[in-house]
Amino acid sequence: MNIIKVKNAHVFIVSVFCITSFIACKPKNTKNAVSADAAAKSYIAPGEYDSYYNFVSGGFSGQMSAYGLPSGRLLRVIPVFSVDPEKGWGYNEETKPMLNTSHGFVPWDDLHHTEMSQTDGEIDGRWVFGNANNTPRIARIDLKTFRTAEIIELPNSAGNHSSPFITQGTEYVVAGTRFSVPPDDANGDVAINTYKQNFKGYLSFVSVGKTDGKMDIAFQIECPGVNFDLSHAGKGKSHGWFFFSCYNTEQASTLLEVNASQKDKDFIMAVNWKKAEEYLKAGRGRKVKARYAHNVYNEVTHTASSEIREEVTVLSAKELKDICYMIPCPKSPHGCDVDPTGEYIVGSGKLAAIIPVFSFDKLMSAISKKEFAGEFDGIQVVKYESALYGEVKKPGLGPLHTEFDGNGNAYTSFFVSSEVVKWNIKDLKVLDRVPTFYSVGHLCIPGGDSKKPSPKYLIAYNKITKDRYLPTGPELSQSAQLFDISGDKMQMILDFPTIGEPHYAQAVPADKIKNNQVKIFKIEENKHPYVAKGETEAKVVRTGNQVHVYMTSIRSHFSPDNIEGIKLGDEVYFHVTNLEQDWDVPHGFAIKGANNAELLIMPGETQTLKWVPNRVGIFPMYCTDFCSALHQEMQGYVRVSPVGSSVPLTWSLGKAIPEAEASK
Amino acid sequence: MKKILILSASIYLLSSCGNSSKPNEEQGNQQTPKSMLESSSNENPSYDPKRGEGKFTEEGLALKPGLDANMAISGDKIQGVKCASCHKLTDEKLVGPGWKGVTSRRKPEWIMNFITNPDPMIDKDPEVQAQYELCLVRMPDQGLTDDDARHILEFMRQNDAAK
Repeated sequence: MNIIKVKNAHVFIVSVFCITSFIACKPKNTKNAVSADAAAKSYIAPGEYDSYYNFVSGGFSGQMSAYGLPSGRLLRVIPVFSVDPEKGWGYNEETKPMLNTSHGFVPWDDLHHTEMSQTDGEIDGRWVFGNANNTPRIARIDLKTFRTAEIIELPNSAGNHSSPFITQGTEYVVAGTRFSVPPDDANGDVAINTYKQNFKGYLSFVSVGKTDGKMDIAFQIECPGVNFDLSHAGKGKSHGWFFFSCYNTEQASTLLEVNASQKDKDFIMAVNWKKAEEYLKAGRGRKVKARYAHNVYNEVTHTASSEIREEVTVLSAKELKDICYMIPCPKSPHGCDVDPTGEYIVGSGKLAAIIPVFSFDKLMSAISKKEFAGEFDGIQVVKYESALYGEVKKPGLGPLHTEFDGNGNAYTSFFVSSEVVKWNIKDLKVLDRVPTFYSVGHLCIPGGDSKKPSPKYLIAYNKITKDRYLPTGPELSQSAQLFDISGDKMQMILDFPTIGEPHYAQAVPADKIKNNQVKIFKIEENKHPYVAKGETEAKVVRTGNQVHVYMTSIRSHFSPDNIEGIKLGDEVYFHVTNLEQDWDVPHGFAIKGANNAELLIMPGETQTLKWVPNRVGIFPMYCTDFCSALHQEMQGYVRVSPVGSSVPLTWSLGKAIPEAEASK
Repeated sequence: MKKILILSASIYLLSSCGNSSKPNEEQGNQQTPKSMLESSSNENPSYDPKRGEGKFTEEGLALKPGLDANMAISGDKIQGVKCASCHKLTDEKLVGPGWKGVTSRRKPEWIMNFITNPDPMIDKDPEVQAQYELCLVRMPDQGLTDDDARHILEFMRQNDAAK
């Protein structure tokens, strides 16, 4: 035992030396960035568990990934908005409806932010939400199964960036459109340069069912045409309010790089959603025609359904003056972050040289005393000084996003100067700064946007990777960096690569999630319309040119495993039920020439692969997931005959071929 | 250089010792690693090969002579879903051994323990291990309830009583 430990330690020390000596050659204080005990702080021995889950947005991969911290080990890629042939997501008949939209089946999106459900301002470990930045949608992932349970589309929106942030009791998950566009019920065939007249920015408040998590668009707020960027809910004393950062208040529609960077200040929009609820109750909402998909996965039928909804209720911010207020914020703000007490709202103006910190109490007082500087397109603008608590001076270049440790400190990422800066909220003094490699975007502290952060680690999600890993041609893996923030000074302890491009992320102590896991689906509760509960129910049924195969899988055979009588022009549906009732025994299913993907069927589940053979012949099928010592024996054949063939439809297991044919 | 290596190694050792107890605790409710640990020792002084390992005992079961037909019907249904893919009702081996004669080969409590608690028994029971060498597939835990197991036992008894 001791010998093994010493050996391990040697490997360790050697690797630490390699890392430090390698880094030592680089400029920019890289040498100081990693200290000798970093390896021990991020090392999780084989067989041991990480202490945190980290849910990281997959950016343009459209997926979400789950990492263990502090090791940075990738645990699972959860398919959300993009098809995933490995898991059959979007390819099998059961999950196709999950990717349905009013535009039809959309196989890809861009998932930017993750947000975990909260109870009373604390992460509760039930769900994690993700946003679709291209075809606007919100997804809810169930953390008992690590699967996408529901996706709702957002009408009147284009590019759902300011999302999926939630209120402290998960009453709502919000969506603010990045691209303002003409509303869905208006004529959209207008000149692009009529942005100011015709384009509107919509905020969606999507209610979340208390026990089942079901999402429903409770109301939308029509706002002036701007770009909504990020948002966060008030909490504690500011519960009932939501804050959205806005840029392009110049209302430009071309060369935004220049034209949306004209003003010294844009806005943070403060939304009184409790007030909006009152107006909604009082019937002040306008029912508007819209088309949006609502997709739900049912764990009992193991099948998703998609419904197109036709109406949404809209409140007008222009008409209902006391729902929305603009707070001037320098300059093109990105992050819009509320501290754990709910008192401080931090705007991170990505082109600003300061960080403004707003006070909720001052904002309330300014609104009640009507300390307004005028209006922006019908929305009252609170005076900057009236809402301002103070400014962090010279913090760095390009502030993007701020997280909190619950001990009175804030941590802001700086894209341009490529660093994380720790500062004290009360006295606005900078306490520490560390470089990132390179150009950090979002930050994450476990619970760092909730009432109760767990401030052991901070993760920086970087936009540029360059030389951090072994090179892999022109396209490089993206990079996250882990810092130990338990002491006064931040300490870099690990780099780890991520899938897609990581934007916002959430992390939570593992105890909140790991004991709630579904291990199998009970076969008795399976209500899939094509389930075969046992081999006695395995069969093949022809209806016209559709052939339904009720198939079972168990270590290590399919039933049936020989099928004859399929003809060219048939559409064959393999409904495969995994009869296993033990954890970690999925079976796969694949057939030659399938134009879609494989199935990966969890114990007790039924999944369906559609297969349309394009030629006559014998087609093998097999189990793709190594299941037992006889996994390579888990296979079968399908015979496809020409149109008009007289080969009867037969199926079998354990017989050579249908007896009538065998004797011929 | 060597001195530094040794020094750092000992620091690492210290810190790793300090951390080692917590993760083990966290994994206390993990079934698989536990049973794998147990399988590494060949001696099972506490294992009773007649009764197997699990919650069922001869006294607890208190089987009466004669068959309960309703129980057997229910057992037949359950085995159709959860067992028949691998076990024939004759003495022919499929994935696992055929069921014919199983109630005379094994004590009832052994059968019920095995079908509700297969993993530890596959690791400990000498006869099951011999069977495992022939079949090469671990009998899966099919998530049977106590009643399920009792009904399947009754069906096995009926299957053996017939003919």
